[in-house]
Amino acid sequence: MAIAAAREARRKPRLSRLRRAVAPIGDARGTARLMLWTGTLLTGLFIFLAFFAPVVSPYNFDQFQANGVRFDQLAHPSSEHLMGTTVQSTDVMSRVIYGAQTELEVVFMALILGLAIGVPLGVISGYFAGPLDRGLVLVMDSLFAFPYLLLAIVIAFLLSNTVGKGVFSAAIAITVVYIPQYFRVVRNHVISVREEPYVEAARALGARPFTIMRRYVFFNVVQNVPVIATLNAADAILTLAALGFLGYGLQPTDKAEWGYDVSRALSDASSGIWWTGLFPGLAIVLLVTGLTLLGEGLNETINPVLRRRRVEKVELGTPTSIVESEVGP
Amino acid sequence: MASQGTSLKSYLLTRLALVLPMVWILLTMVFLLMRVAPGDPISSSLGGHVPPAVVQEIKHRLGYDKPLLTQYANYLWDTVHLDFGTTITDRRPVTDVIKVNGAATLELTAAAMFIAVAVGIFLGLVAGRFRDTAIDMGARFFGIVIYAMPVFFLGFLAQLLFGSILGWLPTSDQASPITEALIVPKTNIYLVDTALVGDWAAFWDVFKHLILPATTLGLVISGIFIRLVRVNVIRTMKDDYIEAARARGIAERNVVYRHAFRNALVPVVTVIGLQMALLLSGAVLTEETFNWPGIGHSLIFYLDNRDYAAVQGIIVVFALIVVGMSLIIDLVSAAIDPRIRY
Repeated sequence: MAIAAAREARRKPRLSRLRRAVAPIGDARGTARLMLWTGTLLTGLFIFLAFFAPVVSPYNFDQFQANGVRFDQLAHPSSEHLMGTTVQSTDVMSRVIYGAQTELEVVFMALILGLAIGVPLGVISGYFAGPLDRGLVLVMDSLFAFPYLLLAIVIAFLLSNTVGKGVFSAAIAITVVYIPQYFRVVRNHVISVREEPYVEAARALGARPFTIMRRYVFFNVVQNVPVIATLNAADAILTLAALGFLGYGLQPTDKAEWGYDVSRALSDASSGIWWTGLFPGLAIVLLVTGLTLLGEGLNETINPVLRRRRVEKVELGTPTSIVESEVGP
Repeated sequence: MASQGTSLKSYLLTRLALVLPMVWILLTMVFLLMRVAPGDPISSSLGGHVPPAVVQEIKHRLGYDKPLLTQYANYLWDTVHLDFGTTITDRRPVTDVIKVNGAATLELTAAAMFIAVAVGIFLGLVAGRFRDTAIDMGARFFGIVIYAMPVFFLGFLAQLLFGSILGWLPTSDQASPITEALIVPKTNIYLVDTALVGDWAAFWDVFKHLILPATTLGLVISGIFIRLVRVNVIRTMKDDYIEAARARGIAERNVVYRHAFRNALVPVVTVIGLQMALLLSGAVLTEETFNWPGIGHSLIFYLDNRDYAAVQGIIVVFALIVVGMSLIIDLVSAAIDPRIRY
């Protein structure tokens, strides 16, 4: 009993902390609420499509015949093929649905990789400061200044020559682009948290640096991560689609990918064929918009400086340095 | 006045001192990726059907048979002297690629940046001025959707509508074949070259070819400016001096146009610099979409041919451009806004 109660007591602050973190979402009002809901709906739709692709999709993404009859090439959208067919007789709608699977798979993996590398590096660099910090900042800033797509292309190119194309290669190419961003945000936050009285108190009590980072710094810093992660997911989808468009994404025979499909459709556009490119392109726009709205909505509700409540607010004047974060990454 | 001069100079020196390590890091990173990473650059450039003696000969010619450290030293030395190597596949000096194809990229990106800034500032100012109205919502929605729009998809739509359905504008290349054959290359920027000769028919042809790619790229980048300008207008409208201007009885219209808007636009200069990376990334995609013969287009060509030497040279140039541009923009904004220097 006593043990259970103690365990309960220990768990409680975690739960309430979680609840406090989620609470602003319920408080969201006006534009922020609209953004959150639209974003959640759009993102949810694609997650649903990704999970249930085999059930929802009329055909397989590379299927060009049914019952021994080959589909028509470049057929107009019809009741048989709601979004028409491509030059290879594949069903556009099925490719769009299976594409959702591909995008989310790669981007999820890229996010996990990016977080796993970028966040600890940021915490360590921000906490210890000194030459290590300066060196890392310089490297990350150089990476950040470089055109993100070129970096991803070069990595994807090198990987395609050595490891081969695939979900993992694509995820790595994308990750490299985003590590500097996580690193930056986390490091800057850690630097401000490091001087807080409670961290100093922990240090005075003799806590080891690793313990302080894990128990005191990490949880205070990590609150910003969902916003960045969602916004970066949106960006990562665009990067993956761009890689696919340029032919450095995934192996076209393994996976359906929207960017690749649009690149194939470019030659159709000159002859007025719109359906092969329009639908995969729209899918990109919708998913990226969904993720962006979700991220922005979260930002406006979680970030207290931007939050607007119905309660008449007391004008205290806003510190300009924080308002800048409204611009987002 | 004199003190301002010195502080600007010291800012310039500090900024320059920061640039050198950045360039060095970028160069080293490119070297590590292209030369040290596994894979044999030369044989994969040649497709693997070449006798070993020939491979050895090319390796020797390019200096790829020397120890890595020597290669690294030579590479840094050459880069400092603006020699970016020679392509393996078509034996073109990379500097030549930069001169010819870079001009096309410059034409495209300059036009795109102009459109982006014009559209971005206009929509941003309007949205910020009329915060939380339908106009604001519309401009923000446009900003979000345009941000979510891949350049190549917008390009596809533009080609479909203006090229195929309406038939108004050309959808690929930098000029018609005839114009291209008659052009006298001087700057390699076709708009300038045709204007210099005074061949207005050719100028018009080049201009028509530029419209779709530049607008596509420009619109995609304008999203950032809309957001930035909007936020800045909202922030400056809350500032004390705006309140003071109002208190002095200055007409609201003048408060907005004279005081708020001007100050809201200062950060835009800085952000133009930050958008260089985005602009160049977008340029690669736009060039592929519209078959525009710029550096991005050549980069993809050499990538497809696995020409490591060419890819390395072009990437190095891109890195230098980015660092150089951000330096220039920083200095310009430091000159405009003294607060940045401190």
